[in-house]
Amino acid sequence: MSALSTREKLEILADAAKYDASCASSGTTKRDSRDGKGIGSTEGMGICHAYAPDGRCISLLKILLTNSCIFDCHYCINRRSSDVRRARFTAREVVDLTLSFYRRNYIEGLFLSSGIIRSSDYTMEQMVEVARSLREDHEFRGYIHLKTIPDADPELLRQAGLHADRLSINVELPTEPGLKRLAPEKDGGRIEDAMAQMRNQMDDMGDARRKYRHAPRFAPAGQSTQMIVGADAADDRAIIQRASSLYDRHRLRRVYYSAFSPIPSPSSVLPLQRPPLMREHRLYQSDWMMRFYGYSATEIAAATDRDSGCLPLDIDPKLAWALQHRASFPVDVNRAPRELLLRVPGLGVKAVDRILASRSHRRLRLEDVGRLTTSIVKLRPFLITADWRPVQLADRVDLSAQLRRPATQMELF
Amino acid sequence: MYRVTLAGPDDFEGWRDAARALALATVPADAILWDVAGSAAPDLFGSDATPLPATPANAAFPVPRAFVELARSAILHRDPARFALLYSLLLAVRARPGRMDDRADPLLRRVEDLAKAVRRDIHKMRAFVRFRELDEGDGPRFIAWFEPDHHIVRANAGFFTRRFASMRWSILTPEISIHWDGEVLTEGPGAQRGDAPAEDPVEDVWKGYYAAIFNPARLKTGAMLSEMPRKYWRNLPEAALIPDLVAGAQAREAAMIATAPRPAARTGPRTGNSRAAWQALRDEAMACTRCPLHGPATHTVFGEGPLDASLLFIGEQPGDQEDLAGRPFVGPAGHLFDAALAEAGVDRARAYVTNAVKHFKYEQRGKRRLHQTPDVPEIKACRWWLEQELDLIRPRIIVALGATAARALLGKPVTISQMRGRPIPLDDGAEAWITVHPSYLLRLPDPDRQAEEQARFVADLRMVGERLHART
Repeated sequence: MSALSTREKLEILADAAKYDASCASSGTTKRDSRDGKGIGSTEGMGICHAYAPDGRCISLLKILLTNSCIFDCHYCINRRSSDVRRARFTAREVVDLTLSFYRRNYIEGLFLSSGIIRSSDYTMEQMVEVARSLREDHEFRGYIHLKTIPDADPELLRQAGLHADRLSINVELPTEPGLKRLAPEKDGGRIEDAMAQMRNQMDDMGDARRKYRHAPRFAPAGQSTQMIVGADAADDRAIIQRASSLYDRHRLRRVYYSAFSPIPSPSSVLPLQRPPLMREHRLYQSDWMMRFYGYSATEIAAATDRDSGCLPLDIDPKLAWALQHRASFPVDVNRAPRELLLRVPGLGVKAVDRILASRSHRRLRLEDVGRLTTSIVKLRPFLITADWRPVQLADRVDLSAQLRRPATQMELF
Repeated sequence: MYRVTLAGPDDFEGWRDAARALALATVPADAILWDVAGSAAPDLFGSDATPLPATPANAAFPVPRAFVELARSAILHRDPARFALLYSLLLAVRARPGRMDDRADPLLRRVEDLAKAVRRDIHKMRAFVRFRELDEGDGPRFIAWFEPDHHIVRANAGFFTRRFASMRWSILTPEISIHWDGEVLTEGPGAQRGDAPAEDPVEDVWKGYYAAIFNPARLKTGAMLSEMPRKYWRNLPEAALIPDLVAGAQAREAAMIATAPRPAARTGPRTGNSRAAWQALRDEAMACTRCPLHGPATHTVFGEGPLDASLLFIGEQPGDQEDLAGRPFVGPAGHLFDAALAEAGVDRARAYVTNAVKHFKYEQRGKRRLHQTPDVPEIKACRWWLEQELDLIRPRIIVALGATAARALLGKPVTISQMRGRPIPLDDGAEAWITVHPSYLLRLPDPDRQAEEQARFVADLRMVGERLHART
């Protein structure tokens, strides 16, 4: 095999990395390079420097160190038995590429993952070396997200956390039997052990920082994980419950969902049909409801379809919940507490805060609410305002049908 | 008429000083003409304009901090009415400071919309500025050409100096240029696209990355366009690739599905891991809770048989004895089925047998567990497993025994009498046959009728056997 150029390697190793959904670059500490050394800054809010036609944001240089792997996970394009072209970056090449992209303002930083070569520890060492070199040799102040390798030595994880803003390890599948079937070499228990270990490190370092201001930070942007949706038997109810327990136990910042998408040269064990992308979208919406709207996982699970256990695809889960709990509506926009307003379909967190700020100054009319939100149409059946009471609307049997938008073309085929 | 000429389109300090003096003198908003030095606005009032009132020394002029923050952003908007709008809001807030919280107020809303557009523009500039490297012998310089919507360049310079402090860079825009030499930020006049370098070798690498990170299996151009509208595309090197990527995406995914192994295309035996995959699938099914039937049942009764079988039978659901044994077709109906197969000359040992629903649904009557027909939701919930089995085994012929099985296989209700006795082609190249379930024969009270129906059942199975023989 002839030697590959950096660009050829990049194309292979970015192609191999694209099945990871995360590209977040927000939520870390504030840094800049005004001291004239090094390069880069982070200012809390991440920046998406480009968007691909798949609608995903490109914020980080998202690549694998190598796509060779000793594991044989069926859903993964890089599995041992796959016939994709293999490539491997040196640590130096990744560092140079990151810096040259960063200088041109293409990216916020690096998201480095890797296939497992030789051993977990060896692979993790290589990844830590990239992060170390960026931080120490080049004083890189941008964002670094490292994917940690299952079963790597705790000391390597600790070093990774000292250099990186975020660490992540993928649970891959929502159910243990699914993991066993599709990723026979991975062990769900050990993946969760690694998460618990990272959480403990974060807690310890947090304690240390309360005592000593200059104690080092450990992964200030926290940890995240990813689940593949639609490759095993888990329904949305099971996925939501699993995500909720991960949030609680390991204090994850984010759980990412990735609708299983057909990969080139698929394994015969995999389903060929992909789940609708909308299913992934609904799961993200349910995730938002748990994180920002005060719903419990059990409440959202109750909004799933009784038979299929999945969230409805044609309406969003918040509307689905509201339609099942008609007795809680309509809500008086001039009197209801924040928690109730947050449950009104069509009212977001910002709109609710605006309503709360405004209503000490005026009795809100429908027209006022219209100025505070994006669309009043969806809201009307659920709100009481000074000049509006949706008695007839809310009691209509066909309310659900009225609010469902006709199905639109979302799929490729 | 008062006239205020600001030093620049983003001159917040100038606006604030003038506005303060005018507000203290209680000048109404419609008595002021705001403009910007050097703008080509016609001089309607010339020197007739009234001089600004003097600000009394130490005049107290408190305004809410939220107003100042809002005004600093909104004044960068390109809307010429922004100065007057802000002045009107200033008067209103001065009369009633709480007005800043009254978010439903139309004037406040309008100013907030201006500020929001400005914030978005600032954010997009941070995202979409693309530097090109230029080395004229005195070390590298990074130069970008950008076209903002609003007057945000000065306000946004700090971000770039904090981030790229150790680089030398320039950002050129139609209205103003800013330059950083590593220590000091300087301003220059507006520029043109041609003033920035036309290329940078790294751009090709970046474009390669952009194309590779795109997943053609999930095209969502709407999401891309809402965050990266077309107006930015001409200054983004990677955007040139978008039309081809979109056009190629559909073809690429279609090809992926087409090259995946299919029953029709299958030539040799399956790969060696199908036994392990089936075992894992079965283990996974043992813990299935996709429908409520798992509660009262003893076992998940999974299918069984050779994994390279060309013939697959789907029954309805396990019965009392199957539920206890954990294996399909071992009860009375199973015995009848075996006998019928033998009579029809079909080798039972070479067929895979499974059920549409894998848990026993029953009603407890005293000590007896009476069979109940599964509902559509239960069939649907369990269909996932059936699909996995079909996908793994890929039989050439699938025989649905009874209405439940036929519904699970074809996804719609069918009338057995109309569908039996002929092949039904399936999308993946296999074919389906439909006949009755053996337990139907057991339930017929009239022995003559039973014999007649059993003969028809055997005849159906014989046709399947011949068909299988012909297709191999």
